[in-house]
Amino acid sequence: MTEIILRTERLNKNFGGLIAANNISLSFERGRVHAIIGPNGAGKTTLINLLSGDLLPSDGTILFKDRDITTLPPHKISQLGIGRSYQKTNIFPTFSCYENCWVAAQSRLKTSMHFFRPAIRLRSVQERAERALDLCGLSHRSACLASAMSYGEQRQLEIGMMLATEPELLLLDEPLAGMGSEESLQVIDLLQRLAKNHTLILIEHDMDAVFAIAEQLTVMVNGRVLETGTVEQIRNSQAVQEVYLGAEEETS
Amino acid sequence: MPVRTRYLSLLAALLLLILFPLFGSSFYIGLLTRILILALFAMSLDLLIGYTGLVSFGHAAFFGIGGYALAICFQDAVVIHLWQALPLSLISAALAALVVGWISIRTSGIYFIMITLAFAQMFFYFFFESPRYGGDDGIFLFFKPVLMIGAEDILHLDRENNFYYFVLTSLVSSYLFLTMILRAPFGKVITAIKANEHRVLALGYPVNHYKLVSFVIAGTLAGLAGFLEGAHSGYVNPSYMSWHESGIAIAIVVLGGMGTLYGPILGAFIVVLLQDFLPSLTDHWQLLFGGIVISVALFLPHGLTSLLPQIWTLFKARKSSSVINPPESDDD
Repeated sequence: MTEIILRTERLNKNFGGLIAANNISLSFERGRVHAIIGPNGAGKTTLINLLSGDLLPSDGTILFKDRDITTLPPHKISQLGIGRSYQKTNIFPTFSCYENCWVAAQSRLKTSMHFFRPAIRLRSVQERAERALDLCGLSHRSACLASAMSYGEQRQLEIGMMLATEPELLLLDEPLAGMGSEESLQVIDLLQRLAKNHTLILIEHDMDAVFAIAEQLTVMVNGRVLETGTVEQIRNSQAVQEVYLGAEEETS
Repeated sequence: MPVRTRYLSLLAALLLLILFPLFGSSFYIGLLTRILILALFAMSLDLLIGYTGLVSFGHAAFFGIGGYALAICFQDAVVIHLWQALPLSLISAALAALVVGWISIRTSGIYFIMITLAFAQMFFYFFFESPRYGGDDGIFLFFKPVLMIGAEDILHLDRENNFYYFVLTSLVSSYLFLTMILRAPFGKVITAIKANEHRVLALGYPVNHYKLVSFVIAGTLAGLAGFLEGAHSGYVNPSYMSWHESGIAIAIVVLGGMGTLYGPILGAFIVVLLQDFLPSLTDHWQLLFGGIVISVALFLPHGLTSLLPQIWTLFKARKSSSVINPPESDDD
């Protein structure tokens, strides 16, 4: 029996009358890649936002390694070892690529309330930042201003910043969105490497990527979990074929 | 502009300021003292506006508290001991900034501007309506602070030159202090907060703690400026805390160039000199002054100091075109 690293129990989120997340109870196993798929507006990003603390659930609980993290603010959740990347690029545009990763890496100091020693002397931070840049494939761009980089590179940096915080559990909100095919392959490769020693929770629309990486799948529709299980189980699920795959064929 | 050139220009400017009392008359030394105090005040605001991304419209409150702490406690004193008066002003300003900041940083954007303005107005009217503290007339100080060890007079601020050097030292130390904390891990976090606050939070930083510490540091330095102004002019009144004063500080930061520390120093020179010079041209000089602020905001969003690198490049281009074989390019 594998260890459950993250669990949600009857998680709800309402925005006024709109129910964005409805009674979501899911378990995520340590070391697995768990993809969440579903049509637009299914509540996937809302779920990630609830897990990362960006949103406060209306009801229900979230347990990370059996610890209740339901009401913790985002910075505390990050410090516990849950990193996230954003669907909409969320970097420091006025900083260089390296400085972006630097700030992320520095967050793992016990505190950054240090006023005297120059930050650049901190070797551990430097190493972490460089390792993250290397992992996300941006070492050659380290001096480049983040706002001057291509969209695909900014997406890579987005992941690099998350990695610089050295999380155990990664929440990835559409890491491939808007990327060219070349860059996509690079990122898929990176995710596969990360999957070896991290737990990944992944939202992605690119089904080829999902089937290439994910071991567990959850299908969401209208804020509810329609089906959850291994990739095989989902492929063969009648309900999923009817609702999700059917709906997608209509729209495409 | 190469970093080395910038350091050299700053050092040259400092040297000029150090040598000035040898040549300037006491009137101009007094004027320069006023400018440097204002520069210190604006520089402290730059930590908030230019680095942390907090547009405080009530910064004059801490300037005023620094001045009032001195005036209230020492208005009847014959000897004002510097080692008592200065820490008292700094601590009062820091405490006020802690309370105001603790409440204000919960808001952002326009609400932060309004709430800091409201706090400053509360302080303003408190002193305006307090006959105990001189009301709108303020408080006069008849003596300047002195630094004594035993009965020995180390530093007497009665003399204009001494006061000038004391202010210059305060400004330079504050500049060095701010440069130091901006290079330290703390500085990396607050500049990141200005660039993208939400991401800083998501990366695991308790953003509000950093904002509050920044607010308190800025408030304390503003208190230092207020202390110096009170001691220098010998007169503290509610106008220290008026929203005009806060507004002028913002104008100085914007004119000089926010996020540079030396920008506000240049800005203070320009604003004070304009205020002294423009009224001799026309009665409607405020119109001209406003026009200048608007033009800089429109055409030089990074302030007047952003012109310096351009002047430098022009200068370089001219120099290299006048030489037949241009030398190897300098390292930047």
